[in-house]
Order: sequence, then structure tokens, then C-alpha cells
Amino acid sequence: MRLEEILKTEQLNKSYENGQKVLNDITFSLKKGEVVVIIGPSGCGKSTFLRCLNMLEPVDSGAICFKDRVIDRANKEVYELRQKIGMVFQSYDLFPHLTILDNILLAPFKVQKREKSEVTKEAEELLKRVGLSDKKDVYPRQLSGGQKQRVAIVRALIMHPEILLLDEITAALDPEMVREVLQVVLELAREGMTMVIVTHEMDFARAVADRVLFMDQGVVVEEGSPKEFFNSPKTERAKQFLNMFHYEAR
Amino acid sequence: MDFEFIRAYAPLYASAAGLTLTIAIFGIVLSVVIGLLCSLVKIFKIPVLSAIVNGYIEISRNTPLLIQLFFLYFGLPKIGIVLSSETCAVTGLAFLGGSYMAEAFRTGIEQVPKIQTDSGLSLGLTRLQIFRFIILPQAVATSVPVFCANIIFLIKETSVFSAVALADLMFVAKDLIGIYYKTDEALFMLVISYLLILLPVSVFCTWLERRVRYAEFGNSNPVSGK
Ligand SMILES: Nc1ncnc2c1ncn2[C@@H]1O[C@H](COP(=O)(O)OP(=O)(O)OP(=O)(O)O)[C@@H](O)[C@H]1O
Ligand SMILES: [Mg+2]
Repeated sequence: MRLEEILKTEQLNKSYENGQKVLNDITFSLKKGEVVVIIGPSGCGKSTFLRCLNMLEPVDSGAICFKDRVIDRANKEVYELRQKIGMVFQSYDLFPHLTILDNILLAPFKVQKREKSEVTKEAEELLKRVGLSDKKDVYPRQLSGGQKQRVAIVRALIMHPEILLLDEITAALDPEMVREVLQVVLELAREGMTMVIVTHEMDFARAVADRVLFMDQGVVVEEGSPKEFFNSPKTERAKQFLNMFHYEAR
Repeated sequence: MDFEFIRAYAPLYASAAGLTLTIAIFGIVLSVVIGLLCSLVKIFKIPVLSAIVNGYIEISRNTPLLIQLFFLYFGLPKIGIVLSSETCAVTGLAFLGGSYMAEAFRTGIEQVPKIQTDSGLSLGLTRLQIFRFIILPQAVATSVPVFCANIIFLIKETSVFSAVALADLMFVAKDLIGIYYKTDEALFMLVISYLLILLPVSVFCTWLERRVRYAEFGNSNPVSGK
């Protein structure tokens, strides 16, 4: 994969209002078509990092560049840019007062001013792809967690984003629903979607990643191909972390 | 009870009720508008205006409607502003109701989880679009019971309008008592009139509360709105 760089950060630092430093000098680069998986212990700053990439959080210092353009968070262009960077969150974040179809159509309709019949058609196709054709007229509360997350993916996809950020999108799901959601993500990866994925599903990470980033306490501690990382982690921290996912029979 | 008397003066009550109701409707609609604007100022933390809104809410909530009406009707003419009884009544009611509606909007808005704003932003929606299409419908739905309580409260408050010489229900009742000493009949008709106004409102509110429980409005919908 020797493709163009689409998103990068340079020495990104971020702390919250209480002064706690959450991200420490993060320099990161994402290439078109690449799938990067970020793993790390709870509270190490993974969500914060994704939120910074989507300009939902102000940063203390450092730069975020989209296709060589340095992004100024104070500028109106962030609204335009966010359309190119889709995001799905851990908690179910569909709009509860709108039907599934309207959840999906709201942004293309209001933001991109697209033709209603055209986006409706696309929405229906996308819903069909994730196996939810029959759900377009129901409300979010009538769906299971797994179904909601698939709709959230569709809602992000219909904007034709160039990058998709997924923040532990299966963490709140019952185990039997995890698969149906991850299956959709795997398919997107196969089609060449550029993604940054935060997950605790190690088998999935191994299957989907082109590159794995291991974060701890706001620092990228280790980085490598999934094979390198999972089979022979270099740092002690990464080894300890991966060991937590092993259960040995006595 | 003198039913002849009641029959004779029922039309008078009906027209007074009409007046009370008309003023209540204007006052309530205005207070909803004021409430929405005030809550917007507070939610978006607009400088200067926020301070003004806070001051207004304190004054409005901590003075009785009667005093507000006296100020409008007897106070303002001293500085050359003369308002009709009707204008005073509508203004007074809107002034009082605005702060109550503002608080209703604000609590409703604060109950919408922050993740809803984040999802809206990540889809490229502007803050205003997020407020209009995502926050407000949910806020209004959760606040419906409070709005309903406010509306009923404001309708009851209309009973002090006679203080500014408005020929409303209370005014008519007091008049009839003064002229004919038919206290029982006059008060009986007053109670019935207020009940006839308030009962339907109350029934409607109960129905509405049930209907918007999930904030599913159907036709207030931004995309497929009819
Ligand atoms: N809005 C906030 N205000 C203050 N501190 C915050 C805020 N959000 C997160 N934090 C703190 O920042 C640190 C990093 O949080 P973050 O959510 O980015 O971690 P994470 O790696 O995503 O964790 P998890 O795996 O549990 O989701 C944590 O210590 C958290 O308590
Ligand atoms: Mg997180």
C-alpha cells in the first residue's frame, strides 16, 4: 500500500479543562485505503484522539492536516471537513425522534442539499446491504443495539466520507450482536474504505487492520503490522496488555 | 339559585370568557416565543444578552402578575406611555409566562444527551441546524408536561385582569355582584366559565403528553415533513 496520505497529526497535545493531560505529542499518519486499529487500556485517550481527528475537541498544541491542509478549528471549513470524516460512537447515538430513514437522510438533505429521491434510493440500497431494508420506517427504540449501530454506519456512509472513525462501536453490544456489526466493517475494509478503528475485539483487530497502534497514557507506545504486534509485541506494556486477553487452562 | 338570572346573564359571561381566552392565547403564544428566545440566549451563552435574560427571569418569576399589570397600566402613563387594557393584559401575561416557558425549554434542552450534538456535528450539521432539527424536537417533547402546567397556570392567572379594567370574567362577576347582590349565581357562573375553559385544555394536555412520549412527531419532521 503506497498511497497518498489523507490525514495526519503532528505533535498533538490535548488536556481537559481539569488540567489532566490526555494526549501527549501524538504524531500520526493515515494513508488512503488504510485501516488503522488503535488499542490500549481504558482511559488511555483513544476516544479523545478520535474526537480530535474529527475536530470535536479543541487541542492544546500541534496540527491536524487533511490532505496537506492544516485545519483551523475556529474556521467554518471544519463543517465542510466533518462531512468527509464520518464517525460512529460507542453509545447508540441515533436521533430518537426520527425514523431510521430520516436519521439517514437528515444530513445529506440539510447539509449537502441533495435531491431527496436520489438520497432515498441510496439510503435504501445501503440499508439493504446491512440487512435492514425492512426497518426504514421504524424508530430507533424499536431496534436492537446491533441494528442501531449498523444504521449509524449507514448514516455516516451516505455522506460519502473519505475516512470513517469508529469508536468501540461494539463495546455496548451483547456478544451475539457484535458479529453482525463487525461483519459490516470488515466488508467496508475489503472495499478499500479508509478507517481508524478503536476496538477491544482482538480477533477483529487482527483481521481488519493494516496497522495497529498501541496507546498507553496518551502516548503511542508501539506501532506495527497486526502480525508483528499480536505475535511478538516489542514493549513490556503491550505484552502485559495483550496478556489480559488470554485465559490459560490450568 | 336564581336560574332566570343565570340564563339572562350567561351571554355576558360567554363574551367575557371569549375575551379572557383570546388574551390568554395571545399571551401564551408570546410567552412561548419569549421563552424560546431566552433559552437560546442562555444555551448559546451569548454575552450581555445572557445577563439581561437572567435579570428578566428573576424579576418575572419573583413579582406577582398583579404588580406587573399595575406597573404597565398605572406606571407607564406617568412617563407618557399609555397602553390599552388589552395590551396591558397581553403584555403582562407574556412577561410573566416568558420566564416560565424559558425554564421549560432550558430543562428540556439540557436533558438531550451531548452525544446527540456530537453526532450532528460529525455529520457536518451546523450548530443551528442541530438545535433546530435534533435538540429542539426532543427538548419540546420532554418538556410537554411542564409546558402544559405553565399554560394552565397562565390561564388561571388571567383572573387578575379586571385590575386593569378589562371586562373579563372576573370583572363581569364582580360587576353583577355589585349591582344585583346575586353573589351565589355570579360566582357559580364564574367557576363554570373557568372550568369550561380549563377542562378541554387539561384533556388536550393529557392527550398530548401521551402522544409525544417518544418525541415522534410525524409531521414536524425535517425530512419527510408533509
Ligand atoms: N470531557 C472530559 N472531561 C474531562 N476529562 C475527560 C473527558 N473525557 C475524557 N476524559 C478523561 O481523559 C482520559 C482519556 O479518556 P478517553 O475517553 O479518551 O479514553 P479511552 O482510551 O477512550 O478509554 P475507554 O477505552 O474507556 O473508552 C480519561 O482519563 C478520562 O477520564
Ligand atoms: Mg473510549
